[in-house]
Amino acid sequence: MKRIARRAFLRAGLSTIAGVAGIGGAIYTARHRGLVPPDHSGLFGIGETLTYGAQRLLVSRQTLAREFDRSHISTVAEVNGYPPENDQYLRLVANNFDDWRLTVDGLVARPTSFSLAELQRLPSRSQITLHVCEEGWSFIAEWTGVPLSLLLDLVGASPAARYVVFLPYDDWWGSLDMVDALHDQTLLAYGMNGRDLPTEHGAPLRLRVARQLGYVSIKYLSRITVTDSLAPFGRGLGSAAPEIGYSWYAGI
Amino acid sequence: MAERELIHSGVVRTTHWLVAISFVGLLVSGIAILIAHPRFYWGETGTYSTPAWLDLGLNPVYDNTGWGRALHFLSAWVFASSGLVYITAGFVSRHFLSDLFPSKTELRSGAIANVLLLRPLRRGDAAASWRYNVVQKLSYLIVVFALCPAMIWTGLAMSPALSAQYPFLAAVFGGHQSARTVHFIVADLLVLFLVVHLTMLVLVGFGTHVRAMITGYRRSSEGGI
Repeated sequence: MKRIARRAFLRAGLSTIAGVAGIGGAIYTARHRGLVPPDHSGLFGIGETLTYGAQRLLVSRQTLAREFDRSHISTVAEVNGYPPENDQYLRLVANNFDDWRLTVDGLVARPTSFSLAELQRLPSRSQITLHVCEEGWSFIAEWTGVPLSLLLDLVGASPAARYVVFLPYDDWWGSLDMVDALHDQTLLAYGMNGRDLPTEHGAPLRLRVARQLGYVSIKYLSRITVTDSLAPFGRGLGSAAPEIGYSWYAGI
Repeated sequence: MAERELIHSGVVRTTHWLVAISFVGLLVSGIAILIAHPRFYWGETGTYSTPAWLDLGLNPVYDNTGWGRALHFLSAWVFASSGLVYITAGFVSRHFLSDLFPSKTELRSGAIANVLLLRPLRRGDAAASWRYNVVQKLSYLIVVFALCPAMIWTGLAMSPALSAQYPFLAAVFGGHQSARTVHFIVADLLVLFLVVHLTMLVLVGFGTHVRAMITGYRRSSEGGI
């Protein structure tokens, strides 16, 4: 009887140690391999971390989202939210974005600011992809713009870069990890369905991230900053979304 | 004669309650997400400006999807991992084989009709309530091997990242909106199962059966031993 109790005690002790060591090891590995999102704290943070980590492991860096034929383009492209109403943005609209410039700075060798015409002269990419809103609706549209990876090459983004932060003319800012920032279908889009990007879709320039939900594709861009830490931005959660209860990573 | 008998294993009990709790989480948060766009479509796309296959006629409520989605995916992790443990253990321990797969005799239409007409219940046979009848076995099997996997499949199919990597997830249904519609239909079937499950529990004795699912044991006084 005594021996059995001792054996049970040993077994319980060993499995507890193994469990704690396993969880500790998993957390260490996840941190080390960049599988922990900036909004990982709290009860819901457990779910955020599992989802982000699992998708980063299950989805390869290069896989492209499906691209459709021109015949699949939706006749109406739904919009969420309204264009910024601050004077700065309204002045840009009034001037047809002639004075607009995109600043690219942070961990880059050559901080640069681009006019719309300069961006439009860079090599471009067009793709017809599905846009899914977290609310549940979706539409297909063609997006034309500069691949973000090309722009990051141009300004000499540092190998130490871990995130790219997108700052717009309104409050809905965001960021991407380098996997999505360097993805071939991640565009700085100035065109939609063969025309200039409409104001309500984020004119003059918006982000397009094909493998995440719509709210990650920041509109009305003003500045892009390359960084190794999200702590200095907002409340340090990676984007405006987690500050009001949404996920930073929206791959599902 | 034993005083009490173990009828639900530790794995079955633990996973039952984890699934029960996470199902409530999924249902509540699922409704929170659903009411942000209470319309359903077939195919790849669908918005307010396209005709809906099913319009629930509700006024959309947009501001519950933040916590709704967070709770939904956290619950889904608990639900899916508990389900995986339950299914693996069910095969390894031969629980499915000996307790859930119906025999040929049970599958005769007469035997099924017998259950559907609630004859064992009307006989007041307490012991019968502890044996899974054929309809019960079939509904458990459908829930475990068809409806729950379909929920997880269609849920993953709605992910823009996973459907990029695994296009067949949504393609087998005909697109993103089809996957969402099937997700809603199967959710309704699971809620229907829950209603019948709870109703049957009340009819045969809520307290004794819930206690058995917590402690694992039934007492000889509860019949059937």
